[in-house]
Amino acid sequence: MTPNQKPYEQAYFPSVPTSTVLHWRKNVLWQAWRFVRINLKMMRVVRASHH
Amino acid sequence: MARIVILGAGVAGHTAASFAKTWLGREHDVVVVSPNSHYNWIPSNIWVGVGKMAPEKVITELRPIYDRAEVDFRQAKATALHPEGDATEGRPYVDVEYTEPARAGVRERIPYDFLINATGPKLNFGATEGLGPEKYTHSVCTYRHAKATADALSESIERMRRGERQRFLIGTGHGMCTCQGAAFEYLFNLEHVLRQEGVRDQAQLHWLSNEYEMGDFGIGGIHIRHGGYISHSKMFTESLMSERGIFWHMRAHTKAVEPGVAYYETLDGTEHEQRFDFAMLIPPFSGVGLKAYDHKGEDITNRVFNPGGFMLVDGDYSARPYEEWSARDWPKTYQSPLYPNIYAAGIAFAPPHPMSKPMKSPNGTPIYPTPPRTGMPSAMIAKAVTASIVDSIKHGTTEPTHTASMAEMGAACVASAGCGPLCGTAAAMAIYPIVPDFERYPRYGRDIDLSFAEIGLAAHWIKYVLHVMFLYKARMKLGWRFIPE
Repeated sequence: MTPNQKPYEQAYFPSVPTSTVLHWRKNVLWQAWRFVRINLKMMRVVRASHH
Repeated sequence: MARIVILGAGVAGHTAASFAKTWLGREHDVVVVSPNSHYNWIPSNIWVGVGKMAPEKVITELRPIYDRAEVDFRQAKATALHPEGDATEGRPYVDVEYTEPARAGVRERIPYDFLINATGPKLNFGATEGLGPEKYTHSVCTYRHAKATADALSESIERMRRGERQRFLIGTGHGMCTCQGAAFEYLFNLEHVLRQEGVRDQAQLHWLSNEYEMGDFGIGGIHIRHGGYISHSKMFTESLMSERGIFWHMRAHTKAVEPGVAYYETLDGTEHEQRFDFAMLIPPFSGVGLKAYDHKGEDITNRVFNPGGFMLVDGDYSARPYEEWSARDWPKTYQSPLYPNIYAAGIAFAPPHPMSKPMKSPNGTPIYPTPPRTGMPSAMIAKAVTASIVDSIKHGTTEPTHTASMAEMGAACVASAGCGPLCGTAAAMAIYPIVPDFERYPRYGRDIDLSFAEIGLAAHWIKYVLHVMFLYKARMKLGWRFIPE
C-alpha cells in the first residue's frame, strides 16, 4: 500500500482520482484537445490583463 | 540623449531592457547592470533539480543578446543609489561593483536619467540557521543550486537501489517564505522521478509548508468551478498529495536545520522536528541590500526601501488590519514617491501587504506566506514601467502613462508534476485578478469565470512550450515582441 493511506491517516480523507480520471489525464488525443482549450482559456486571462 | 539604467536582468529587468531599447532606438542609452552573466529561465530549474534537464538548457548568455540589441551591459552588482547626486556629481547615479572576472571588484558610478530597480530577491538562507546549499539543505532557486540538488538526488537514488530507505523533506525553509509553488513542483517531480527509477517504495516524502492550508501559494489559494462545485485549491493539492502517498506538515515555521533534522514551530505554538536524508527547502526572500544616500551623503535607505529591502513605490503602505485591506492598496505605476525618475519592477517592489491572511503563533512567530510577484506579473509590470519612462523621454509626459496593478491583472501559471513527453503531467492554473478584490468579487475576491485549474499531460506540454518560447523571447530573436508576457 502507498504510504500515508491507511484508515485515519492524513491522506485517507481527501478526494482522489479514479482510474478513469487518471486514464484521461494521459490520453494523448483527449490531452491534445485540452492543450488547445487550456491555451484559449489562458489567453482570455492574458487579454483581460492587457487593458 | 537620455539614459535608462536597469538594475537586474531577470524576468523583469530583461523585459524592461528589451522593450526600452526597442522603443527608444539608438538615440538613447539603455544600460543593464546585473551581477550574472546569464539569463536563467527559473521555472525550468525544477527539471534541472531532478536531473531531467541540463543546466545549459535553462540559461542563455546575456552579453551577445545585449551586444546585438545595442544595450550597454555591465556585469556588476549595484551597491548604492544616489538619487540626488552629490557634491561632485550633479546627476543622480548608482554605485556598482563589477563581478565579471576581468574587472572583478572594480567600482564605478553610473549616472542615469531614469532608473528601474529590477534586482529581484536576495535568497535569504541566513534567516534560518542551517538552511541552504552551503549548509544542510538543497535549493532550486538558481541553475547552479538545481544542478547540485540533482547530483545529491542521484546519490540518494543510488542508495535506495542498494536497499537503503530515504526520507525526503521538501517545502519552505522559513515561516515567511513565498514561492511555495516552486517547492510544490519540485516535490511532485521528485516523486515522479522516484517512480520512474523504480525506487518509490524505498522513499518517504514529506511536504513542509508555512501555508495555513494546502494550495494557498501566497495568494490565499484559488476557487474554481469543478464537478458542480466551487472548490478551493486546498482540495486539489491535498488530492495530489494523497494520490502520491505524501505526508504533509502545514502552518510551519522552520526554525533551524541540522544535519538530517529540521526543527519547526507550528501556528499553535508547538515545536516539532522532522528527520530527513535529503531536504530541498526554499529560503525566504529579502531585498538585495541596496543603500540610498541623499546629496549630502546622508543615509536615506529607510525612506526609499522598506525594512525588508524592497523599494517603496506608489502603494498604500499605511498599517491597517487584514479586514481593512483593499485591492486599491496595491501599486499601479511602480514609481518611487520620493524620486519620480525611479521605478521598481518584479520582486524588487515592496508589496503593501500579503495576500494570505497574516497569522502569528502564541509565541509571536509570524507564519504565513508573503506575496509572490514573479513570472507573468513581473514582466507585465516591467513593460508598463518602461512604457511610462519611454513616454516621458519621447513625449515629455510628467506623470506615468501606464499602469499594471496586480489587482487588475491575472496570472496564468503551469506547475509541473513530472517531466516526459507522454508520461509528464502539470497543473495549469489561471486566476483573475492576482490580488483578491472583495469589492468587485465579494464572495471569493476573484472572477470565477476566468479562474481555473486542470492537471494532465496537456499542461506539461504547455509548460515545455513556455520553456522554449520564453527562452526564445529572452534571446530577442525574430518576432520576440509578439510573444505575450
